[in-house]
Amino acid sequence: MTDITPNQPPLAKRSLKWSTVMDHTVLILGSLFLLVPLLMVLQTTSTPDLETIKNGPGLAIGDQLDDNFMAAMFKASGFSGENTGMRMLMNSMILGIGFAIGKIVLGMMAAYALVYFRLRFATFAFWLIFTTLLLPLEVRILPSYEIAQKLGLLNTYTGLIVPLIASATATFFFRQYFRSIPEELVEAARIDGAGPVKFFIDILVPLSQTMIAAMFIIMFVYGWNQYLWPTMVTTDEDMYTLVRGIKQLTQDLEGTSIPEYGRANMLALIAILPPVLIVIFFQSWFVKGLTESDK
Amino acid sequence: MKRAGFTTRWLPILLLLPQLAVIIVFFYWPAAQAVQSSFYLEDPFGFGSTFVGLDNYTYLAQSAEYAKIARFTLVFTILVTFFSLGLALLLAVKADKVIRGAKSYRTLLMWVYAVAPPVAGFIGLLMFNQSWGPLTELAKSFGWDFALGVNSTDTAAAMVLVSVWKQVPVNFIFFLSGLQSIPKSVREAALIDCSSAMRRFWDVTFPLLAPTGFFLLIINITYALFDTFGIVDVLVKGEPGNNPLTLVYKVYVDGFRGNDMGGSSAQSVVLMVLVLALTVVQFRLVERRIHYT
Repeated sequence: MTDITPNQPPLAKRSLKWSTVMDHTVLILGSLFLLVPLLMVLQTTSTPDLETIKNGPGLAIGDQLDDNFMAAMFKASGFSGENTGMRMLMNSMILGIGFAIGKIVLGMMAAYALVYFRLRFATFAFWLIFTTLLLPLEVRILPSYEIAQKLGLLNTYTGLIVPLIASATATFFFRQYFRSIPEELVEAARIDGAGPVKFFIDILVPLSQTMIAAMFIIMFVYGWNQYLWPTMVTTDEDMYTLVRGIKQLTQDLEGTSIPEYGRANMLALIAILPPVLIVIFFQSWFVKGLTESDK
Repeated sequence: MKRAGFTTRWLPILLLLPQLAVIIVFFYWPAAQAVQSSFYLEDPFGFGSTFVGLDNYTYLAQSAEYAKIARFTLVFTILVTFFSLGLALLLAVKADKVIRGAKSYRTLLMWVYAVAPPVAGFIGLLMFNQSWGPLTELAKSFGWDFALGVNSTDTAAAMVLVSVWKQVPVNFIFFLSGLQSIPKSVREAALIDCSSAMRRFWDVTFPLLAPTGFFLLIINITYALFDTFGIVDVLVKGEPGNNPLTLVYKVYVDGFRGNDMGGSSAQSVVLMVLVLALTVVQFRLVERRIHYT
């Protein structure tokens, strides 16, 4: 993975240099394309709103960061006064972490049952579970909403998280991983007298640590970034997540005479940062998990 | 599955139960309900519904508006897929080539992966602000009077650009790891055989990357069809008006805002069929993929 081979031809030193310059230029332009918009968001959170309204976003960092941060975290924008940045951040955390843990726990349990047990209806269960990979939540969004309503799950964390868990990505992933573990391991464990529960907790879970970490990162980011489902299922402002609150921010910017770009963009930034930081810091796990999940 | 498995009876059932319960309640039940209510006309005020057979579908088939949205979605999907794959491939090939800083580039290019689609849309609104958006200014300097939300071509262009921006990192990560898994011996052989870097890319690297490419193609089509919902919703500011819309957005608008459950469900079913078809194609390609590796 980290094997980056120097594959330039040894001949023609001059043209080699040129092509290296070209490569870096392309990469730098690509990085700018991806990062400049984020920098501009950051910049608007550091300058007074009047300046942003006059000149638009630039690249010079100003001195309003802390003021805007306080406004974003503790000022509410809705009618109820409940949806402060703090509250939304907490809800986003609950959604991200709850979703990731739920997905991993259910997925590991189901995958363990499918791989390590002789089950009469295993094939049926397998298909029942893996068909869910085919249809994203978006295509069954309205009936899902009606069911959540019937079960009294609107504006609850359960209603926010559980319906999102209803797909088998993690199960599929862990199934693939468990199947790649040598069979001798189970046999050895059985000879040593380990039962299925002991084998799972003492051998399989520790063995899967890296995979669990990778899954956690991917699922946390996925859960944190959910939009459509939270938009439908949470209508109380104290249940808003940061990402769900984005639309309200755009409406705020439309409605007022001096739009609070500093505050709004700070909230957008707070919505971006936790998943970005996780992805950046745990890059190698994340990349491994992502690129191996399709195999 | 020739595992030496355990033979305990109750444990696997217990282990499978939570997963099965969740998917039955929140996957099969709603999916079945979507299919069922697509054959009914529901009273918008909730006073019962009448069976109308295929009426919702024939209505869709004849609706000029739906045809327009379907056409737009097709064009949108093609553009987003093409540009985000193309750009990512270019960047991945370059990042794979440079020796110094390859890791830093990967880190820099990964950031946007974690940005949520609606937040990407929000950033798009900032960049395309009517009075001072940097990209509006840029367009103006080329004589293009960019008007997001007013001119539907401009709105569409913004949607495509933001969607591509959001999707490049994922594709980049996959392409780069695909490139890095090409064995050294193959690269060296290619170096000896053809001196032109272009030829080496098209004759050796590209075919070896094809499996990754096929996989990403499906991922990107699914992304453009479904995950761009947040981008579209924020960029049109929740006002469909005469803005260009995608099929998923239409399902949401008709069902949630317009209270047309039957029509919206019929659209859901159309999308389900579309995704299923894509999945079949994907499985075919995955099968073929085995030949490569």
